[in-house]
Amino acid sequence: MTFIGMPRGTGNLTGAPFPEAASEALDNAQLRRNLAKATGTIRAKRAAVVDELPDWAALRAAGAAIKDDVLANLDTYLLRFEAALTERGSTVHWARDAEEATRIVTELVTATGAREVIKVKSMATAEIGLNEALAAAGVAAVETDLAELIVQLGHDRPSHILVPAIHRNRAEIREIFAEGMGATDLTDDPRVLAEAARAHLRRKFLTVDVAVSGANFAIAETGGLVVVESEGNGRMCLTLPRTLISVVGIEKIIPAWQDLEVFLQLLPRSSTGERMNPYTSVWTGPTEGQTSHVVLVDNGRTATLADPDGRAALRCIRCSACLNSCPVYERTGGHAYGSTYPGPIGAVLSPQLTGIDRNPTLPYASSLCGVCYDVCPVAIDIPSMLVHLRGRAPKPRAEAAAMRAAAWAMSDHRRWRRLLRAGRLGRALGRRPMLPPPLSAWTRARDLPEPPRQTFRDWWDTR
Amino acid sequence: MRVALFVTCLVDGLFPDVGKATVTLLERLGHEVVVPPRQTCCGQMHINTGYAAQAAPIVANHVEAFADADVVVVPSGSCAGSIRHQHAEVAREHGRPGLADAATAVAARTYELSEFLVDVLGVTDVGAYFPHRVTYHPTCHSLRVLGVGERPLRLLRAVRGIDLVELPGAETCCGFGGTFALKNADTSTAMLADKMSAVTTTGAKVLTAGDSSCLMHIGGGLARLRSGVRTLHLAEILAAT
Ligand code: SF4
Repeated sequence: MTFIGMPRGTGNLTGAPFPEAASEALDNAQLRRNLAKATGTIRAKRAAVVDELPDWAALRAAGAAIKDDVLANLDTYLLRFEAALTERGSTVHWARDAEEATRIVTELVTATGAREVIKVKSMATAEIGLNEALAAAGVAAVETDLAELIVQLGHDRPSHILVPAIHRNRAEIREIFAEGMGATDLTDDPRVLAEAARAHLRRKFLTVDVAVSGANFAIAETGGLVVVESEGNGRMCLTLPRTLISVVGIEKIIPAWQDLEVFLQLLPRSSTGERMNPYTSVWTGPTEGQTSHVVLVDNGRTATLADPDGRAALRCIRCSACLNSCPVYERTGGHAYGSTYPGPIGAVLSPQLTGIDRNPTLPYASSLCGVCYDVCPVAIDIPSMLVHLRGRAPKPRAEAAAMRAAAWAMSDHRRWRRLLRAGRLGRALGRRPMLPPPLSAWTRARDLPEPPRQTFRDWWDTR
Repeated sequence: MRVALFVTCLVDGLFPDVGKATVTLLERLGHEVVVPPRQTCCGQMHINTGYAAQAAPIVANHVEAFADADVVVVPSGSCAGSIRHQHAEVAREHGRPGLADAATAVAARTYELSEFLVDVLGVTDVGAYFPHRVTYHPTCHSLRVLGVGERPLRLLRAVRGIDLVELPGAETCCGFGGTFALKNADTSTAMLADKMSAVTTTGAKVLTAGDSSCLMHIGGGLARLRSGVRTLHLAEILAAT
């Protein structure tokens, strides 16, 4: 159900058709090695810290229930959040879509006269294409998350929610840093690379006066925003500059402070495989001498909320466990999904936000193996949602005709048995026939089973 | 017990030996097998490819075919999964609440083969003899949709003469995924390649699983590679003496 006027998601949410983009990525052996290694390590860490919690199932159910309550009462919670935050001295802005959100932020930044902003790692700003919009206005956005910095200096795109440079290995990172920072004395040692990034960023922290952040959670009761991170660079951005602009998807709401108890257990264990992440920053309105703006972004979320089969996607806390566990993601990497949100959740969320017509291939980018549902800390049944989305996806004509014919045969046993008997004639084709597309996709890499002399049912009748 | 066999469309048309083995096994355990004549397909391919509307009459046919059965046994994790977790919803979504109730009732009496043997009959030693090195791939839908867990392995461990070896990365999808294998053929093949190398490292001569569909995919790849590894459905090993 979509109501007239409900904004659809715009910005960085679409790309080339998945099958073609995936084929290209699959040809990159280095990428596959990097991904297999990185996701394998993080999967093992996650499994260890999740298995040690006796009440994981209860925590997961609680996380899902809290988010479902938020989604059912989102209007109330958002207004409560706005009122609390306004009272604490922040200015709240509302943005329908990517264009409106980037325009608001760009105007706020240019009003300060700044030519540079420092950024806390944020999915929402990537989704709306903020860096590109700021660049067009002559403002440089500097990413301060180490992996985001690698992506930015490499003129690359993020390929993972949590580790945007997961497709890069150390040697590649050294080259990117050498080029991007003009550093000549680097080695592949992670400590050396981290030190180079630290020196580079320290200069920015001390000179840039505007920061842009996202938020992992927005607390309706208090107006508080929460950023969960590993490096502490986000905290530098949140505290040093005099202007802080936070871009927050409207589904990031949690009702109250105490709900963090649940999510701060679910999130780090699911994302980095840690019991607790090193830095959790919570701020409620501006600190003394600071100006704070919060931009609440819809960009297709209300439309997603209106869809009973799709709204659970808004529970997502962007932990990336589903990406790390997905056998498709592990082989294709994140770029193949063409959206800020890759992996299983991206295959659901991107078409939900943009509408299926702008993302028709993503719902099929899954073997429906179900491992994403198993690991999701807020129990999003991604496979079932993919199946629902497939129901709405535009279908190739020949496929639709074949499926209609098959359904006609399969809904009556006499027709079906006649078809199967005819199929035995396929014996003449042998095991490696040249089949027309799309069936040729099967025989490129696999032999066909030889059709038997007799179907099971014909055998049964002779017994 | 009188057991209604839902043989599945794939086994009926392409792998009749799996159906015959299921019959042999159940009869050897002392049960009467019937094959309700109206059965065709569970409709899963249509549902999972986005053709739930076309699947609704297939679901209706299935429910009618098995309406009178006391217990239904399926030699497929994914077909059992579809019957249990999709049929009623498809019926409801297409405005057939009566069919949805009937589908729920049939689903409640439907068991995947290893579930039926272990949970309903309470046997793990089915009296099989199979003197070969075997490795087992837990198919995704048997593992995650049905949750068959260790049941197939318990049945296999009780087979006399078997040399059962563990498959590395067993729980990773083989890349079949129904029409996924055609729509995303290159990704499917990449997943298949990794599964096949896991299988060949075990030195097993036979790869087994509870779904003929995944076995058709992995077996087709293994045959193309001339790997010397055969694929056999779990029922075929359990029926062997
Ligand atoms: S869908 Fe679930 S597992 Fe995937 S990123 Fe979101 S919360 Fe994490």
